[in-house]
Amino acid sequence: MARKTPGLNTSSMSDISFLLLAFFLMVSNINSDMGIARKLPPPLPENVDPPEVKERNIFVVMVNKDDRLLFNTEYGRIEDLKDRAKEFLGNPRNQAHMPEKEMRQIDLLGNVEVSKGVISLRNDRGTSYDMYLQVQNELTAAISEMRNELSTARFGKQYADLNDQQRKAVEQAVPMAISEAEPTKIGGN
Amino acid sequence: MARFTGKKAKETPALNMGSMSDIIFMLLFFFMVITTMRESSLYVKIIPPQGTEVTKLEKKSLVSYINVGVPLQDQQKKYGTEPRIQLNDQISEVSDIIAFVEQEREQRNEVDRPFLTTAIKADKQVRMGMVTDIKQELRKAGALRIFYNATKGMRK
Repeated sequence: MARKTPGLNTSSMSDISFLLLAFFLMVSNINSDMGIARKLPPPLPENVDPPEVKERNIFVVMVNKDDRLLFNTEYGRIEDLKDRAKEFLGNPRNQAHMPEKEMRQIDLLGNVEVSKGVISLRNDRGTSYDMYLQVQNELTAAISEMRNELSTARFGKQYADLNDQQRKAVEQAVPMAISEAEPTKIGGN
Repeated sequence: MARFTGKKAKETPALNMGSMSDIIFMLLFFFMVITTMRESSLYVKIIPPQGTEVTKLEKKSLVSYINVGVPLQDQQKKYGTEPRIQLNDQISEVSDIIAFVEQEREQRNEVDRPFLTTAIKADKQVRMGMVTDIKQELRKAGALRIFYNATKGMRK
């Protein structure tokens, strides 16, 4: 006949697990990294001139050392940047000083007019990172709004809810056309 | 009624602590799942800028971090009060970035190397000159996928 085993004393078990819990709370952090993803252009090969781009296809955004904005030739405010960028890239009224469009065959979408416009972002060495990120943020907002508009019109869904193929198609139709100037010193340092 | 006022009735029964450890373990696993390990302690102070269009950084294992900011109070004697770059565990110079990227690449699988992302964690007071220098070095090193860290904020 088996003898009755005495019950294990498990009261310290909770202490041990508390200790472990406290340890993990100390060494880990919850904050998930959020931010804006970008792709850098590969380094320019030497003695190769950058391709010429027509003036109507460029929208210059300059930020000076005092975090003030210049759109093409006039002062601008950060609040207006998103709408200006959308108007420029979309060119809804086919104006002559706004970027050209190109018919392109894209899977799932068929023939789509793709804007040739490029937003050229130039910043000074003295620009604050905060301002730079705000500008990037507004430009991202402009492009993602345009992508959303296209995807709701064609697929009846938000851009974020599309599947990979549809997303790729929309990305081709509304490219992330932001170009950053090679660093030079602009506007009095 | 001595039967009910006897010594035995006054004693409170011991609480059953058997499931206590289960509960704590559950908490432990919960925290282990939702958190990530802190790789290195920061020597620079970083308050990231706010943005409304921020997205989540995917595939944490393929990310290397470049921290930029003013050294913390207790480090200022050693590193000064100007913004500095921290790679891994040490304060570094801009010229160290290429070596840092190479080293990060070595640590990854060959298959994963093209997807390596460099997250720039910079304080919002940092001047763009420094960030531009970093970006130029990254271009030279061929680490073209970058990520500007920011916190989610409301539209002003």
